[in-house]
Amino acid sequence: MKQRPEREVRPWTFYALATLFGAYMLFLYGPMLMIYVLSFQGPNGGVTFPMVGVSLNWFADLFRDGQMGSIPAAFRRSLALAAVVSFLTVVISTSAGLGFRRRFPGSGVLFYMAIASLVMPSLLVGFGIALGFRVLGWNNSLFTSGLGAQLTWTLPFGLLTMFAVVARFPRSYEEAATDLGANGWQRLVHVTLPILAPGILGVAMGAFTLSYDEYARTVLTAGSSNTLPLEIYALLTSSTSPTLFAIGTLTTVVSFWVIGLTLWAILRLQRRRRPIAAGE
Amino acid sequence: MDSRFDVELAAVTKRYGVTTAVNAISLRIPQASYCCLLGPSGCGKTSTLRMIAGHERVSAGDILLQGEVVTDKSPRQRGTAMMFQNYALFPHLTCLDNVAFSLKMRGVGKRERHAKAQEFLSLVHMEAFAERLPAQLSGGQQQRVALARALITRPRVLLLDEPLSALDPFLRIRMREELKRLQRELGISFIHVTHGQDEAMALADIMVVMEGGRICQAGPPREVFERPNSSFVARFIGGHNVLPGDFGEVAVRVDRCRLGHANGGPHLSGRVAAVEYQGSVVRVALETSAGQQAAAVLPDDLFYAGPVKPGDAATLVWAEADAHALAGATA
Repeated sequence: MKQRPEREVRPWTFYALATLFGAYMLFLYGPMLMIYVLSFQGPNGGVTFPMVGVSLNWFADLFRDGQMGSIPAAFRRSLALAAVVSFLTVVISTSAGLGFRRRFPGSGVLFYMAIASLVMPSLLVGFGIALGFRVLGWNNSLFTSGLGAQLTWTLPFGLLTMFAVVARFPRSYEEAATDLGANGWQRLVHVTLPILAPGILGVAMGAFTLSYDEYARTVLTAGSSNTLPLEIYALLTSSTSPTLFAIGTLTTVVSFWVIGLTLWAILRLQRRRRPIAAGE
Repeated sequence: MDSRFDVELAAVTKRYGVTTAVNAISLRIPQASYCCLLGPSGCGKTSTLRMIAGHERVSAGDILLQGEVVTDKSPRQRGTAMMFQNYALFPHLTCLDNVAFSLKMRGVGKRERHAKAQEFLSLVHMEAFAERLPAQLSGGQQQRVALARALITRPRVLLLDEPLSALDPFLRIRMREELKRLQRELGISFIHVTHGQDEAMALADIMVVMEGGRICQAGPPREVFERPNSSFVARFIGGHNVLPGDFGEVAVRVDRCRLGHANGGPHLSGRVAAVEYQGSVVRVALETSAGQQAAAVLPDDLFYAGPVKPGDAATLVWAEADAHALAGATA
């Protein structure tokens, strides 16, 4: 009897498509990889290859006084703003997600108006907000107009995510809680929010990272203090040194750290509660 | 106050927009009885249960629990407890905390509520699983925990929404014995929604057959089975042939039908459409040339004394006394 190969023989299209996908991945991550490598450029090296030795010189440059002195402050501002944006997005989109389960007159229009903000040109939204503040005689600043501008970006994402999360949340959990004597508040705190927690964490993370690297809506509304992306952009136009690459490497580390931490938390929550199996 | 009845429904109606899910039904469930609401999907049985539980607003009519009008009361003021179809165990809480949930909501201290919950887990033989999460339990185990969680509230009436439908057939029979045992021991009324007539007949003191938002027939299962009052009931509870008689339709139990010769008595001639061996009995399905379908369920020895096969001509006979006239058959 003829021996059959252990694994199924793959058609040539598999290899063609795999090559295409490989090229896509290279296109996606290749440029950033260059930047990570170049950020370890030696003290006498420039912004292009070849590498002239390897050092942490450019990272140290970030924390020295001088041209880059404003980076740590901008970083802290960005983190603070992202935290506030993330918190507000979670509170608003969770409430909206739960509220929207019951249709009310105008709920459709309201929903589309909230989502339409996603397709508005970012720069113009920022411009409109900045102009609006000017008209009302208010000063643009990071935690007023800047915060508002970022929310126009994170809220539609948060809303869409929460609608999807809430749609998979069976009503019977809440009915069971009511049946067992929980009042509205107890039901929310002891049943609804804990069960929705993985989705809520996801929204928090999404809003955080969207805010953390937002540029277009923030640039005209941030007022006198810069966020990290604004600071980097300003530096890009004024100076060219591997320090910029060092910023890139560090901010990527921060992003991955935030994403990793959240995924870890979500997985931990979900491992405890796989979907309830029916039957024995 | 009349508390001879655990539950009374007085012309209870439920409308969703223009559709009427439950149409002015009235029903009295005596103390400590096992009541099954039986019907096809969409017959209004679940809406009725949910109105009794207080999870659905009553459009018209009144609901009384032990003589007290509870129509506008919240679920927790009613003293009912409901077991949901998919059990609705809270996935983030252990079995013990699930069972203790209602006590926690009432502000009972941790030590006391855990002791009480442990006691109710023992009642359903789940004490060994106290620290497990619902996802780590099988369907049957989840159901026991859900039962304990509902019973710890010391309900006046326990409401069960298709409690056995998610279980496999063997487990279903074991769990229904368990449900009946608990109901007997606790001495409270259970109202159990199901679409399985065998389940209803096995469990119920009162079987309520519903269709189209109305009650077709309510009574002890034996009464309903022996005297179905309409062709719908006869067909739905099964085990009956609905046949044309001299004065409208009649119902004849399939196990009272035999194959034989007309001899002037009531009969139906046709061809054998199918023969099913079912162990102790054999079911012979018959179809007449006019398309009328009927069946006979014969003890195996009787069948094998004169076996037939599909395609054979055959005549179904029964005793006049076994034909039960169906009221409203002409309607």
